[in-house]
Amino acid sequence: MTTPAVPPPISLEDGAVALAGRPVLRGVDLTVHSGDFLALMGANGSGKSTLVRALTGLLPLTRGRLELFGTPIREFAQWRRLGFVPQRAGAASGVPASVWEVVASGRLTHRRLLRPLSRADRAAIDEAIEVVGLQDKTRDGVSQLSGGQQQRALIARALAGQPDLFFLDEPTAGVDLPNQVALAASLGRLKERGATVVLVAHELGPLAPLVDRSVVMRDGRVAHDGAALADHAVHQAGFGDVHEHHCDEPARPRRRDHLPDVTSPLDQPLDRRGRR
Amino acid sequence: MDLLSLPFMQRALIAAVVTGLAAPAVGTYLVQRRLALMGDGLGHVAVTGVALGLVTGIAPTWTAVVVAVVGAVVLELIRERGHTNGDVALALLFYGGLAGGVLLTGIGGQSAARLQQFLFGSITTVSVADVIAVMVLAAVVVVICVGLSPQLFAVAQDQDFARVAGLRVRGYNMLIAVLAAVSVTVAMRTVGLLLVSALMVVPVATAQQVTRSFRTTLAAAMLLGTVASLGGLLIAAFPPGDVRIAPGPTIVLLALAGFALTWPLGAWLRHRHRLETPFAPGVNVDHELAGEHPHDHGDDCGHVAVRHGDHLDYVHDGHRHARHDEHYDEH
Repeated sequence: MTTPAVPPPISLEDGAVALAGRPVLRGVDLTVHSGDFLALMGANGSGKSTLVRALTGLLPLTRGRLELFGTPIREFAQWRRLGFVPQRAGAASGVPASVWEVVASGRLTHRRLLRPLSRADRAAIDEAIEVVGLQDKTRDGVSQLSGGQQQRALIARALAGQPDLFFLDEPTAGVDLPNQVALAASLGRLKERGATVVLVAHELGPLAPLVDRSVVMRDGRVAHDGAALADHAVHQAGFGDVHEHHCDEPARPRRRDHLPDVTSPLDQPLDRRGRR
Repeated sequence: MDLLSLPFMQRALIAAVVTGLAAPAVGTYLVQRRLALMGDGLGHVAVTGVALGLVTGIAPTWTAVVVAVVGAVVLELIRERGHTNGDVALALLFYGGLAGGVLLTGIGGQSAARLQQFLFGSITTVSVADVIAVMVLAAVVVVICVGLSPQLFAVAQDQDFARVAGLRVRGYNMLIAVLAAVSVTVAMRTVGLLLVSALMVVPVATAQQVTRSFRTTLAAAMLLGTVASLGGLLIAAFPPGDVRIAPGPTIVLLALAGFALTWPLGAWLRHRHRLETPFAPGVNVDHELAGEHPHDHGDDCGHVAVRHGDHLDYVHDGHRHARHDEHYDEH
């Protein structure tokens, strides 16, 4: 492959990540090209969420080199080019917040301190809400929305920043089928615009037609990188398109440790995603 | 009402107003981050600061600010590196602060009554220098809390997202902790250190009974805080009968009364919202008639009307009735 004139959105060489001293990702090479719609797949604990958190700079690499848009992650400052939809149970917090406010916070990458929202900001926020189809919920509190609608609000928040590169961590987890279809429609519109999307998914469901490249993680390593795979193929040893039922045994027993969480107040907790 | 024209009373009123504005402004972010009791802890730590001022002869306002800010930074560091809530670590620091304060006051030969003025507030002790310090500090708190509200909101709402948006999450967390420490000191003249957390949290809890957005919660909490602070001070200044009461308890009880009045309204609104949530649209498989139905449903028939796809279902007695030509269907 020839070296592209424009650096790829993501270029990771020999990436390794350790959580609380334990190596989780090892030897990960991943280049994502502009316009890719990539699905990061794998069983629970295979390291797919850890990889996304490393790619967004939330987790430090213990080894390897990561460049976003040609800039090493340490020097990277063009945060407005990234959109991140974290994996989480909901969008609610201790104080009510309206859908508009949550989406508007995605526009912060374009705003300077102590400046009011510009007309372009407002237009971007309204458009993001429209793309995910929450126009009639703008003034509602996010905690009053269903799980799927909250997830769409979080996607709209990432959209509001008009980024070039999207990271979505398990956007379909705990979302019912109609909402997954609505979500797929929103992501389809993104894809049409030529956005680069990195999607972590346990199962693709209605998102499957959008995906044009699958990366399957197993035990912290890349086990497959290439053509899009169907959900059932991900867990088979050879990634073949054998029509077996999805409920067969997982390819490997779960490797995740159960570390008892008995820590004194000053200890670092051993969160599975390395969060403090 | 002659009391209101006395200089010390006017100073106390100014202190009450700025406290009522500043404390709930910070409190909103603390509640958003589920750290409602942080103000309480910083209040305890500030006791040591006050005692230090009393012993050394430096103005207690400034020693309290310094000690509370140091305490806030330590708390934030512990919270950041330690357990998710770090509540045990916080408790250690809180009780250390309170015990240290009482011990220092004793060593300095100060009376417990002197310290009590700071623990539960006092109308008469606010000097001119104090009132200026309180106004400046409160202005800083309010300007930052309102001016940086988009950033502070985003950080408190979702730290991971804020970090990927390029915000200095750690700096903003530290800023909130320091602002909380400063507003504790602002509030110690009126509400007192042991009750300051109530003025940070209760107005927010009251406001969110009826609000659905962050900005209205913030504004309403600041308004409610000012009303409670001013009202409580006036009650303490003009007590019924011949008693002397500290303003702290009256301010807090007034704020709590506001919550007690608003809570049923909030509960009713939430109940109402649940009832009126639209039913999932779907085609009824069977066309089931509602049977004898002499009642005619309409806009103001008293039954809850819930949107169901393209029509309304009227809910009563465990049934959902939808108008269909001349009769009602069971939905």
